[in-house]
Formats: sequence, structure tokens, C-alpha cells
Amino acid sequence: MSDIRTAVEVAPISRSIPSPSAALLHAKFQKRLQARGNGFLLDVAFAAPPGFTILFGASGAGKTTLLDCLAGLTTPDSGRISLADRVLFDSFLAVSAATAQRRVGYVFQSLALFPHMTVERNVGYGLAHLTPTERNRRTMSLLEAFRIGDLARRKAHDISGGESQRVALARTLVTDPELLLLDEPLAALDASTKAKIIDDLREWNRTHNIPILYVTHSREEVFALGERLIVLDAGHIIAQGTPHEVLSAPHIETVAQLAGFENVFDAVVEAVRPERGTMTCRIAGEPGGVLLETPLVRGGVGSALRIGIRAGDILLATSPPTGLSARNLIPGRILSIEQRDVIVCARVKCRVEMEVHLTLAARDSLELAPGKEVWLVIKTHSCHLMQR
Amino acid sequence: MGIDWQTFRLTLQLAFTVSLILLLLGLPIAYWIAFSRWRWKFLVEAVIALPIVLPPTVLGFYVLVALGPRSPLGRWWIALTGHTLAFTFTGLVIGSIFYSLPFAVQPFAASFSGVDKKLISASATLGASSLRTFLRVIAPLSAPGLITGVALSFAHTMGEFGVVLMVGGNIPGITRTVSIDIYDRVQSSDYAGANLTALVLLVVCFALLALVYGLNRRVWVIHPLK
Repeated sequence: MSDIRTAVEVAPISRSIPSPSAALLHAKFQKRLQARGNGFLLDVAFAAPPGFTILFGASGAGKTTLLDCLAGLTTPDSGRISLADRVLFDSFLAVSAATAQRRVGYVFQSLALFPHMTVERNVGYGLAHLTPTERNRRTMSLLEAFRIGDLARRKAHDISGGESQRVALARTLVTDPELLLLDEPLAALDASTKAKIIDDLREWNRTHNIPILYVTHSREEVFALGERLIVLDAGHIIAQGTPHEVLSAPHIETVAQLAGFENVFDAVVEAVRPERGTMTCRIAGEPGGVLLETPLVRGGVGSALRIGIRAGDILLATSPPTGLSARNLIPGRILSIEQRDVIVCARVKCRVEMEVHLTLAARDSLELAPGKEVWLVIKTHSCHLMQR
Repeated sequence: MGIDWQTFRLTLQLAFTVSLILLLLGLPIAYWIAFSRWRWKFLVEAVIALPIVLPPTVLGFYVLVALGPRSPLGRWWIALTGHTLAFTFTGLVIGSIFYSLPFAVQPFAASFSGVDKKLISASATLGASSLRTFLRVIAPLSAPGLITGVALSFAHTMGEFGVVLMVGGNIPGITRTVSIDIYDRVQSSDYAGANLTALVLLVVCFALLALVYGLNRRVWVIHPLK
């Protein structure tokens, strides 16, 4: 008796949890771009199972072109793209499904809401094949799920940024896509609004279970969202895996910047002190450049390497500090200071330019402003060494 | 002396017919110009723009030849109707369509190109066909350009002279438009009549254009293009 009951209960559950190998999106394609003078080749091969896959890369790495190829807005030169059991593109079979037939949802960075339509009409746009009653029911249920039901009759061009993001997501999800592409749609939002939208999206995907490709360059988003991470550099995938796997081994500069090394400098080893476990490296080229004490790695005096320093690991002082354990004390001058969300970003000139992240309170109590003289304080172990 | 109202009726009839046909004909041409990636597209654009720089008599001459009994089109028309296309109202409409084509197509194409490409892509990813994208997204957002194009082709047809003279001649009630009438009156030293007719044409054209641009402004305020 109990055996039968167990079997009955288990079967539907095991079907709803995809096994890691059951990747729904398979893509392997090449696309040569001639846009900017010298050519550029996008050449990728990856699979995306249901759930979030983060696509990271610097601007110009080819992220948007990659998404455009998946959505059919751009045609690859060769390769194959399949979604579940449907072939969206296959150069060998000469198959290229039209964008409108792909069932690939795409939320652009600019959101692209139709400005002349109400929120309701925007969201119902992809449901033209349904009866007005059914269209209205589906539209309203999606608007409710994304907490924007009260906006239904407003014009798309007079709602706020966060609301627009929700409308753009709802408009895409209402069509029941089998793949969702998000091109930094939440980049302009503050962290808490972003988190709420992501939660609603996760909730939606609990029942739909489709692959979601999410383009971002924010480290916080990578950790908050990513079950999987794909790093794209100059058109090629240079690392993929879980965010932890990829980010804990920052062996390539793009990955290094993703890992939060806003400051990356070429350096030469000036002196080695094995007895202390440290060495001195010179950055900024010419003799008399900035000297940094760093952890000891293999490599003798004169060897070239690269130093990464997180902007949040650097302290700022307005007078020469004393009695510190930190070994690196560098005088400089603030070039610019700007607020990003709740972080203050200061650029400090000390032969090289360094980016420093501070809190709003620190900026105000130190009265930091462009032109002010400051001292940068960097711990030895905040200097991460990489191969050049 | 006096105003020949028949010429006004004929001119307005011609302008309405031509701008209506140009609206229908200009939309697909402008769509193609705005979105085609054909490398020789500029040649077609140049041909369409020709009437802007060409003397109307040159255009009128070629249209006359094309409509005449020696051309395939002219012969086909004669076989069909029993008379030649030249010196008829239909011939006048055909000549005027070519003459005013750029004044419709260029504002149409410019406003189509001005529509955010992402909106067009978004429409496609939401499953809409090209036709639906055009009707629901591109055309509504191009309304100011469409109104401008129709208004310009209407006004341009109202004021045409050279093409009418070449293709239509000067047949009262059939091809004698206001501008021909004015020319006629000056030729026969009826300056008072010419003055009066010219003044009425001026007022009518101004009123029409003011109305259209006024409407256009309202449309623009309702749908500000972002």
C-alpha cells in the first residue's frame, strides 16, 4: 500500500524538477559583425537550462548581438539554435524561424514600451490571437502578478521607471515565451526595487520553468540571481559555471573586473621579501611610480604581472594616518566624485587613477570634493596578483 | 472677368484624387525606402526625388510620351477605352502622381525611419506580423509625417502648372486647372481676372495648409515622440 502511494506522489514532482542535463536552450553559432571598421567575430557555444543564466561582458563584448541572434533579430552566419525540440536556426538545414514565430521573449534595456498605447494595450499586444475577453483576463492577471493592476489605463509614457520595467516584463511574459532574454532591463533601478521585481520574476518562473538569459555587468546581480554564469569577452565565451566557480578564480581580466576589481594595473616586481611573505611592486611604469606592497607569489624581481584592487577595499583619509597596520599609504587628489545608487564613487589621481567606493556618510563627514588632497590606504592582502 | 469656379472645382478634384492615391501608393514605397537594406536603394530614392529638381515640362514631356498612342501603355489604354490618355483628366492624375510623389514619399519615409527600431523589434518578439507592426506601431507613431506628406502633395498638386500644360492641355472642365486659367487670363490681358483668381487660390491654399498643420500640431501633442 504505502509503496504505491509513494510512487504516485513522486512521479509528478520528479517531472517538474528538471535534471541539470535537461538543457532547454542549445546554441552554437558564429556571426561576423562589420559595424565598427575592423571586423568582430561572435563565436559562442552554450546551453541554458531552465532558470537564470547570467551573461556578463564588457560593453562591445557581443552580449546584445548574442541575444539578437537568439531572438531572430539578427541572423547568424552559421550554426544552430534549438529551444526544447524546436529548431530556431540551423544554417546547415537552411532553417531560420521568423522572430514572431520563435516564442522568445525579449525585454530590451530601453524597454521599448509602445508610447502611444495604455499599459493595458501594451501588455495585451502579444495576445491578438485571443478573444477580447480572454485577452483582458490574461492581461489583468499578469498586471496583478506584477503589482501594476492600477496602472492599466495609464499611457505608457507617463509612468515611472520602476513601473515601466514591470510593464515591459509583464508584456513579454503574458505571451508565454519558452525562452526569456533580459538585456539589462533593471540597470537603472535602485537595489530594493530591483530585488522585488526579481522576486516576482522568480515566482513567475516557478510555474513556467523556462531558461532566462540575463545580461548584466553588476557583481551584485551575478550573485543575487545566478545559478549559472557565462562570461563573454570580444565575442567569445571565456568562462562559464556557477558564479562562485568563475569568480573565485579571476585569471582573466574580464573576469577580474567582474569579480569587483575596478582597479587593474600592470606592475613590475621591484623587490621580494620571502621572510615576510611580501614583495614590492611598482605600478605606473616609470621609476618613482607608485610602489605597492603585495602578497608574495612565485616570480622574481623584474617579472611582470597584474594587480587588481577592489574599489571597496581602499580606505580614504584626509590627513596622513598613523598607527595603521595597512602597509600601503599613497597621497593623491580627488578628480571626481559621483553618487551611484547608495555608493559614492571617487576617482583619485596618484600618478595612476584609482576608483574608490565609499558610503554617503563617509563622503559627508570627510567633506570630500574634487580637488581635495587625500591619502589612499590599501592593505597588502587587498592587492590581488594576476598573470599578465 | 470674374472667377471661373469650374476651374477651382476641377483643381480641388485633381488635388484630392492625387493625394488620396499618393497616400495609398506612397505608404508601401516609403516603407520599402525606410526599411529595405538593398544596396542599390539610393538609386530608387534618387528617381523618386527627381521631380523636385526637374523642370515640370521635362517630366510632363516624358509622361505625355508615355501616355501617347505610340507607347505600350498608351496603346493598351486606347484598346481598352477607345481614346488616348493624354489630354484627359485621368492622364492629368497620372502625371500629377509622378510630379507630387516625392512630396508624399519623403515625409512618410522620414517618419517611418524615425520610429524607434526597438519598438519594431519588440513588436516582432511579441508575435506580431510585419503588417500588424506597421498598422499598430509604425503608422500611429508616424501620424505627423503622414499628415505632412498628404498636405504637401495636395498643395503641390493644387499649384502645378508645367505638367498640366504638357499632359492635359487646356480643355475647360476636363484639364483646365486654376493655374492654367490664370496663365490664360494674363495672356489675354485680363489682369483683373487673373488677380482675383490668383488671390482666391492663395487664400484657399493657405486655409488648407493652416488647417492641416494645425491638426498636425494637435496630433503631435497627443502623441509626443520620445
